[in-house]
Amino acid sequence: METLIVILVGILISIGTYLILSRQFLRIVLGASIVGHAVNLLLITSGGLKTGSAPLLGEKTAGFTDAIPQALILTAIVINFAVTALVLVLCYRAYQNFGTDDMEQLRGSEHE
Amino acid sequence: MITLYIFIFLPFIFALLVPFLYKHLNRRAHTGWFVLLVPLSIFIYLVRYIPDVASGATFEYTLSWIPTFGINITSYIDGLGLLFGLLITGVGSLVIIYSIFYMSKVREALHNFYIYLLMFMGAMLGLVFSDHLLVLYGFWELTSVSSFLLIAYWYERKGSRQGALKAMMITVFGGFGMLAGFIMLIMMGDTYSIREIIANIDVIQGHALFIPALLCILLGAFTKSAQFPFGIWLPDAMEAPTPVSSYLHSATMVKAGIYLVARMTPVFGGSPVWFWLVAGIGLITLLYGSLTALRQTDLKALLAYSTISQLGLIMSLLGIGSLAVYFGPGESGTVFTVATFAALFHLFNHSTFKGSLFMVVGIIDHETGRRDIRYLGGLMQVMPITFTIALVGGLSMAGLPPFNGFLSKEMFFAAVNDVSQAGIFGLSKIGMLFPIIAWVASIFTFVYCMIFIFKTFGGVYRPEKLTRKVHEAPLGMLISPIILGLLVVFIFFFPNVLGKYILTPALTSILPMMPFTPYDVKISAWHGLNLELLMTFGVIAIGFILFKTAKRWIHIVRSYPQGLMLNHWYNQGVSGTERLSASLTNRYMTGSLRHYLIYIFSFFVLLLLGSLLLFHGIQFDFSNNAAISIYDIGLVIAMIIASLTVLLASNRILAIVALGALGYMVSMFFVIFRAPDLALTQMVVETVTTVLFLLCFYHLPKLKKSIDRIPFKLTNLIISVAMGLTVTLLALAANGHKLFEPITAFFENAYELAGAKNIVNAILVDFRGFDTMLEISVLTIAGLGVYILVHQRSKRREQRETE
Repeated sequence: METLIVILVGILISIGTYLILSRQFLRIVLGASIVGHAVNLLLITSGGLKTGSAPLLGEKTAGFTDAIPQALILTAIVINFAVTALVLVLCYRAYQNFGTDDMEQLRGSEHE
Repeated sequence: MITLYIFIFLPFIFALLVPFLYKHLNRRAHTGWFVLLVPLSIFIYLVRYIPDVASGATFEYTLSWIPTFGINITSYIDGLGLLFGLLITGVGSLVIIYSIFYMSKVREALHNFYIYLLMFMGAMLGLVFSDHLLVLYGFWELTSVSSFLLIAYWYERKGSRQGALKAMMITVFGGFGMLAGFIMLIMMGDTYSIREIIANIDVIQGHALFIPALLCILLGAFTKSAQFPFGIWLPDAMEAPTPVSSYLHSATMVKAGIYLVARMTPVFGGSPVWFWLVAGIGLITLLYGSLTALRQTDLKALLAYSTISQLGLIMSLLGIGSLAVYFGPGESGTVFTVATFAALFHLFNHSTFKGSLFMVVGIIDHETGRRDIRYLGGLMQVMPITFTIALVGGLSMAGLPPFNGFLSKEMFFAAVNDVSQAGIFGLSKIGMLFPIIAWVASIFTFVYCMIFIFKTFGGVYRPEKLTRKVHEAPLGMLISPIILGLLVVFIFFFPNVLGKYILTPALTSILPMMPFTPYDVKISAWHGLNLELLMTFGVIAIGFILFKTAKRWIHIVRSYPQGLMLNHWYNQGVSGTERLSASLTNRYMTGSLRHYLIYIFSFFVLLLLGSLLLFHGIQFDFSNNAAISIYDIGLVIAMIIASLTVLLASNRILAIVALGALGYMVSMFFVIFRAPDLALTQMVVETVTTVLFLLCFYHLPKLKKSIDRIPFKLTNLIISVAMGLTVTLLALAANGHKLFEPITAFFENAYELAGAKNIVNAILVDFRGFDTMLEISVLTIAGLGVYILVHQRSKRREQRETE
């Protein structure tokens, strides 16, 4: 199972990176979002998969799954959302102000 | 005890008040009068230590600063520190009096000037009184910084800025070397304290790092004290106002290197490397400085090179004196102890006569508007008092009686004659060079002193070449140089007062192993007709002939080719590095986001994949894997399809929906992996994100069909596949190796520790509550950013509205 998820993560990262490297701002936002999902999956895999029940103390069970990656991911999801929202609005403003969303045209001049 | 700290830090504390004094009182009284209180009170405070220190006592106070790292401000007052402390505050007081009349209270930004000056004074006092190596280093760099600020005081001049930068570059470069040397010393001695290091000397002298530490520390000392070949910054530093040149660049700061060498003599003295470097470089500097001073026509530049040369003289005396550590107590040891004594004596004398000479140049500059000897001459008639001071200072520098320079010069000759007879460290072969170089350099010194005095004050007075009406300087400006000039004469007649109370205690701290009483070293003007006196006669005779015939040979010295000068090489080096750096930086800083990302991803792949291969990290262990069910495979396939859809979609809505689908499938995985909180959060966030995307949908640009060329796509493909591969390999390798036990067991006590049954929630709101709070702040900041971006009126719309 872990191996399968890791391979999936690899594929998602590849696709995300490819999108991030493209010219269009919107594609970059989409790519970053995909990389975010991949990293979350990677984090939860690092704690071991399907090793016990959900980390809720009331359950009568022999063991729990690792709670730390879950806590980390919970933070990551929220931050990821914040970043996506900001970048998306940035993309919208850039397009409105400059009339293009091509990163090569938006690139900074030498003397800013 | 606390009073000592108050006095050491008084300059810093007072500097805080200077802006207020300047703002409110400068119209009524020159700010300098208030600042004068600082060095004066410290001077008086330090004078009270003289009797105790002269009787052999030392004082040590420790103020705990960062005790965890063993960093304490340990103040240690011994003879050497006290000698420097008195020089710093004594000359400091005189310089401030002088500056009150030199710096116009109307035109100049006096608050800046005095803050920098006080900062320097405090740094210098901290430097000479601290026993802790790292604290010493901190103050050392602070003196470089304040020197930079003072040289660049008239920052609107290009020369000032360049001179400041040069001084900073060279002295800070040396400072870094010194720091490395200190760290090695700390490692060897296992202590930060200089005195403990001296006590542990046996361990250090046999250590493998002994020579590297020695070289690094000397680098710091030589750059600071403008020794060959690092001295090129000092002439450029003369762009500073003259009080600064007189104070920092002749009397105190440049002597910090001398201080360091003296301080470190008990540690490194006695080793041949130390002797040859300190004495050898000192002599070379002496010769180089005196020869170059001859070429100068600018009076300040002449004094700058003469300072370099005199510093070389003191340095070489310290090098010769370090032989005393080699010989130890005994007859030979005592002979070289006298050399160290002469170093201290000349150090003091140099501060007196050079300080007064700089002030004289300042007066000439101030009154005539010129300091080029080609325009000056005959000032003797109009400025008789200034002339007298210049005569006293100049003849003292030339080494003539009845001035203090004569005494220390004689001792210098004695030292170089002794060292040529020492017969160790290979001196038997080339030891004769010492007296020869010293003698030749002294002739040059004599000649430039004559040039300084008689080209300026002698000859014909030519008022038509000067822009101003010249008259004698105001009395206030003359006070300080007169005091220094009187000292020059006084020391000649009563040298042993100084020797007994100030120099001998300092000698005790440089050479603690030599048993002598304060009365061992006697200075006297008349030793009978010995070799040293004959050398002086030779200097005067040949120097006089050279001075009289100067017109015939001076052009030979002046025509020294530009391309061979150290300065030329320095400038070439600096501009070359700047050009190289600019062209290199412009090549990779293209302003394109894609390029930057390519660098980041490439380094990621190279570093991680490279180190995985290098350290044989690619070892997989699949034994602990959980079972795979049919749903899992289905989900994985669906996710791959969804992400490929995002990649390949040519219209926006498809891409956005596919991304949403991907997010929901991730939340499905969270369900399978027994993470209910994550699944819920992911679901909510994914919904909100998709809504957000759709909201922006109307305003967002259409997804264009990719029009990029094949190489562009190929690069992206290679990098993205490499990224995916690296992450996969890394994660697989990490999964097979659990190096540490998981710490989850601690958090499973959530109910006892935090009263919560949901472990994940307990971690978020209790164990790591601060992290969550900061996360919320991030969210707030992002929210504010979104709000501002949405509500800011776009330029285009504004344009449309105005049209």
